[in-house]
Amino acid sequence: MTSLVIAEHDNASIRPATLNTVTAASQCGGEVHVLVAGSGAQAAAAAAAQIAGVAKVIHVEGEHFAHGLAENMAAQVIALAGSYSHILFPATASGKNIAPRVAALLDVGQVSDITKVDSPDTFERPIYAGNAIAIVQSLDSVKVITVRTTGFDAAPSTGGSAAIETQGAVADSGKSAFVGSEIAKSDRPELTAAKVIVSGGRALGSSEKFHEVLEPLADKLGAALGASRAAVDAGYAPNDWQVGQTGKIVAPQLYVAVGISGAIQHLAGMKDAKVIVAINKDAEAPIFGVADYGLEADLFTAVPELIAAL
Amino acid sequence: MKIFVPVKRVVDYNVKVRVKSDGSGVDIANVKMSMNPFDEIAIEEAVRLKEKGVASEVVAVSCGAAQCQETLRTAMAIGADRAILVETTEELQPLAVAKLLKALMDKEAPQLVILGKQAIDDDCNQTGQMLAALLGWGQATFASKVEVADGKAVVTREVDGGLETLSLTLPAIVTTDLRLNEPRYVTLPNIMKAKKKVLDRVLPAELGVDVAPRIKTLKVSEPPKRSAGVKVADVATLVDKLRNEAKVI
Repeated sequence: MTSLVIAEHDNASIRPATLNTVTAASQCGGEVHVLVAGSGAQAAAAAAAQIAGVAKVIHVEGEHFAHGLAENMAAQVIALAGSYSHILFPATASGKNIAPRVAALLDVGQVSDITKVDSPDTFERPIYAGNAIAIVQSLDSVKVITVRTTGFDAAPSTGGSAAIETQGAVADSGKSAFVGSEIAKSDRPELTAAKVIVSGGRALGSSEKFHEVLEPLADKLGAALGASRAAVDAGYAPNDWQVGQTGKIVAPQLYVAVGISGAIQHLAGMKDAKVIVAINKDAEAPIFGVADYGLEADLFTAVPELIAAL
Repeated sequence: MKIFVPVKRVVDYNVKVRVKSDGSGVDIANVKMSMNPFDEIAIEEAVRLKEKGVASEVVAVSCGAAQCQETLRTAMAIGADRAILVETTEELQPLAVAKLLKALMDKEAPQLVILGKQAIDDDCNQTGQMLAALLGWGQATFASKVEVADGKAVVTREVDGGLETLSLTLPAIVTTDLRLNEPRYVTLPNIMKAKKKVLDRVLPAELGVDVAPRIKTLKVSEPPKRSAGVKVADVATLVDKLRNEAKVI
């Protein structure tokens, strides 16, 4: 048995989601190899070689990997798939985009969003927006898996000394081309890795208020900022701040839900937080059903008070 | 240009499902079923492309038991021109659905297939990508904007750090995300018209596809319960508890 983890990286470094995926891979049994396919990705490959528990890094170079296009990434994985028993991707936008292409090309099923490895062929995964947990067994000889990063600790990013092997790149599929992107840069911690998250709902009322009220609180707590679907739909926060069933899945030490009612789909994204605080003036808001500490108050008064008290 | 839109009949998104006490699955007897919300968005987008004059025909397809006809009639009420039911009572997983769809697409040769990014029951997020791989087509998943012109689809996608725009040569696969559009309300006149539109049925065997599941569900259980929380009277109490009781700040 050997696992291949498809690294998520920015060519210069390895993204944290890869580390949790390496842990999942090591629990599947056997050696763990990491594929770094990119453009000018030598530094990322070197960083991957230092991850504890990684036996080998495969480095593939090509301009057509610069933006991680699924057609090219999947074709590359297939070219290397060889005798791997497990092929794992983090359940990030990128991993979710590529993994099923690999599974279909290998003619195997895919196990999405695993939260636990019970044995080399048996995994746990949430279904129905996390309202049920399924224990599933893959009947295929190759398991293609996406890993919910909040289900696994990050492997240490240093301590490993894997060999780096260079492999030739498959050709550009020519089916898709990168046109552009709008990726926000922030000094705040990344939402899926943050220890503290301050998250706002539609009650904030406007984009100005959303930022004006919540940013100082996030600053005080060293927190990342999240949002409910309603807040994003209303334009108060960017799409990549959305926490929920089909947005980001988070499990911070502390999740502060401000003016969020707590729809099923939102809870799916945050109910594994260690401590949940809810601030909402509606006593019946479903969020109070999961909150460890609920403050029934007007957020426009309570949040400034909270900032002052911290 | 022909557009195909696969749609799935799922438990309605408002239903809080219950796990059966014997652990065999989720209790869906007598619960409200609806079209998967992301698939509604897919049908809406296809119909808008037809209304813009980009597409000439929108075909809805569903794979499953006979009741999926209801979902297909809804798709036609939104504006799909005709529908196909691939009828089976077997458990269908994404790989099998992708294979069934591929067999159909090989016959029908659409220029675009728009799917919902994931079904809200199994939360797999696989079918569109698998279909793209089997067809050898390009894909743009989690679309929040789609423009079709000159044999290409230019798609803006919602990705982890923000937005990304790709250009795909047609034919191609697009999967929808929440903000692609807001589906129209289905009007009664359109529901009546939909009853008269053509709904063809085909069996998996006729398409030459083996739909046997590759993943076996051993058990379904409830997620770990959180212990009940408390309401705090004021900010001071909240801060005290977070600091001294929960020790998270």
